[in-house]
Amino acid sequence: MNSVHDLGGMHGFGMIDRSQQENFVQPWERTVFALTLACGMLGRWNLDESRFARERMDPGDYLKGSYYEHWLHGLELLLKEKGLVSENELASGSPEGSSDLSAIPAGRMAALLERGGPTAMDNTDVPAFRAGDPVLVRTFNPKTHTRAPRYIRGKRGVVATCHGAHVFPDSHASGTDRLPAYLYNVRFEAGEIWGAGDAQGNSSVHVDVFEPYMEADHA
Amino acid sequence: MGNKELPHHGHGPGEIALRVRRLESLLVEKGLVDPAAMDELVDRYENRVGPRNGARVVARAWTDPAYRIRLMENATEAIRELGYQGRQGEHMQVVENTPDVHNVVVCTLCSCYPWPVLGLPPAWYKSSAYRARVVSEPRTVLEEFGVTLDEDVEVRVWDSTAEIRYLVIPQRPRGTGSLSEDELADLVSRDAMIGVALAGKPDSRS
Repeated sequence: MNSVHDLGGMHGFGMIDRSQQENFVQPWERTVFALTLACGMLGRWNLDESRFARERMDPGDYLKGSYYEHWLHGLELLLKEKGLVSENELASGSPEGSSDLSAIPAGRMAALLERGGPTAMDNTDVPAFRAGDPVLVRTFNPKTHTRAPRYIRGKRGVVATCHGAHVFPDSHASGTDRLPAYLYNVRFEAGEIWGAGDAQGNSSVHVDVFEPYMEADHA
Repeated sequence: MGNKELPHHGHGPGEIALRVRRLESLLVEKGLVDPAAMDELVDRYENRVGPRNGARVVARAWTDPAYRIRLMENATEAIRELGYQGRQGEHMQVVENTPDVHNVVVCTLCSCYPWPVLGLPPAWYKSSAYRARVVSEPRTVLEEFGVTLDEDVEVRVWDSTAEIRYLVIPQRPRGTGSLSEDELADLVSRDAMIGVALAGKPDSRS
């Protein structure tokens, strides 16, 4: 979806505040971090659904809010959408019924984190592109989740490497099965993306691009 | 029940803290979250997993040519050799700075970051300003961080849009030939492994 989470190339944010050296700025952010991971481990949604939930935050609130406010919004939305808590419960903080899910105990955390959630998959198809191939990112504007940032859409690049097949996030974010798609690292010259007059010299952007986002560049 | 006067969608700092406390107590009371597990999660990423891990990877790459080759060919496996693996580092790639190329990492769409080797990202890495600017004006951003590069050095920005996580291998500082691997690791800051600093300098402070 085209919202303000897709920040690459936007203007007006000013200097980077490098005094913010820590991850957690406010004490409640630790709680949001831990609740988000612990609830995610219940297995009712995947990481792409989490990202899509954060992206659906009101764009004005997203830009005004801190990073962990995005997480808080996403967590509350998923808990409601997946039926784990009700709007009433969220408002009151008091449970109105029991849940058939049980918490992941502390003792299982280390093993789950060490395993993580690999996204590499087998794919019986042959990759459409190879390193060195010129490619054109398609122009598309889905209202749903995508990992194709706006600044590369319609732009030309060259495949740097193929990462093999990975879970395709655009469909995974709607809670469907894990479908494989080949993933490539694509090199874009800064001038192609930003225009020769606005790009900074001798620079490039490397972006991981899924095969369905691209076509061969015959130009 | 249904205490509607409570500021469920408040945005002030005090209101958010209250909203989070209410959510935490609800999820614990419903048996969905174990408070001890929450403590474990925070302690792990606040106190145990951090950029010291990545610094060991870099120092090993600087001192062991065979390790460096394994790291360049399959970073996930080479990093696992040192005991670092898992969430947000399932698929690792290293990008090596050279006299001709300087690499810098961002996630413009959210804030992807290689947790097993760097821990959780600093707040500035997640800021709108960094995510917006480093792809379009990388040289200006690097200068703000104190890194001025010659024009003949290519700046390569890596936008982590999928599940590949990037670790920058900075250039080994000159005059460090006699240092041990541990001493070399001391020279490798978190910022150098993001690409907004050079090795041998302390993390940038404003």
